[in-house]
Amino acid sequence: MVLLTLLAVVTVAIVRQRSLFGVVILAGIYSFLMASVLIALDAVDVAMTEASVGAGVSTVILLATLHLVKTTELRSVRRQVLPIFVSLVTGAVIVWGTLVLPPFGTADSIIHRHVAPRYLAESIKDTNVPNVVTSVLADYRGYDTLGETTVIFTAGIGVLLLLRGSRRRGRADEEKSPQ
Amino acid sequence: MSLDLILRVGTKLVLPFILLFALYVQFHGDYGPGGGFQAGVISAGMIILLAITFGLDAAQRVAPKAVVDRMIPLGVLIFAGTGVVGLALGKNFLDYSVFSHDSAHGHELGIFLVELGVLVTVSGTMTALFYAFVERGR
Repeated sequence: MVLLTLLAVVTVAIVRQRSLFGVVILAGIYSFLMASVLIALDAVDVAMTEASVGAGVSTVILLATLHLVKTTELRSVRRQVLPIFVSLVTGAVIVWGTLVLPPFGTADSIIHRHVAPRYLAESIKDTNVPNVVTSVLADYRGYDTLGETTVIFTAGIGVLLLLRGSRRRGRADEEKSPQ
Repeated sequence: MSLDLILRVGTKLVLPFILLFALYVQFHGDYGPGGGFQAGVISAGMIILLAITFGLDAAQRVAPKAVVDRMIPLGVLIFAGTGVVGLALGKNFLDYSVFSHDSAHGHELGIFLVELGVLVTVSGTMTALFYAFVERGR
């Protein structure tokens, strides 16, 4: 509960903050709080990812981006009625969706009765791997993880092409202009 | 330059332990929390810390750009190649039981190879992204 309150406080602070440097640091704090929430939920693998990616690498990359662009957020000139309406409706729909979910942590809800018992019971016999998260990710659901790795590959290549490609063009223009 | 002495010495002390922790997360992922993705990000974080403290050139001496760029597709190839081996030996794609006579041992080895592929791609992508952003800003 304390963690969730802190999360809400940090979110409000991010919205109120005009300096983008502050926003990046607050987003890092948000990620660390989120990682703590995930540890409280016993999802240590996800917490580790959240701490290293959310608070670590993405903070650094956002700071590197701030080095390239201006660091103060400009005041929006448009009216903000429609965006507020859209976010309120989306939030309401999501809350409405959670009403039909089974109570938090129920062992006999539908998602826990499908393949999860078989994975839990037979992971060690099938794969010699005691950490079921690893055996599900890399073995039972190997196709999904291959897809995820391909997504990272594609995203990385895309960003690299954007950043390096335009740089080369810019340099070519500079070389041309003095002549 | 002398003002960041503590930072430099502290970073030097911490760096090997970050790498060691990344390797622990990678190879102990079968027993504890972690795996290729987390280990990849942590090892990329080590290179980024090195670049922040000692400059981009020092980091690129440890992890040259050409190597980092090639790691991005290499990891996917390791992952997919592990699957193709199963296909070539007459089983399904990504069926690891072909790696050993004992099915469980084969799965253990398959998971190891697949996690290695994830590590290589993730760590390569994160480091290459950081290099790209920093070089843009020069």
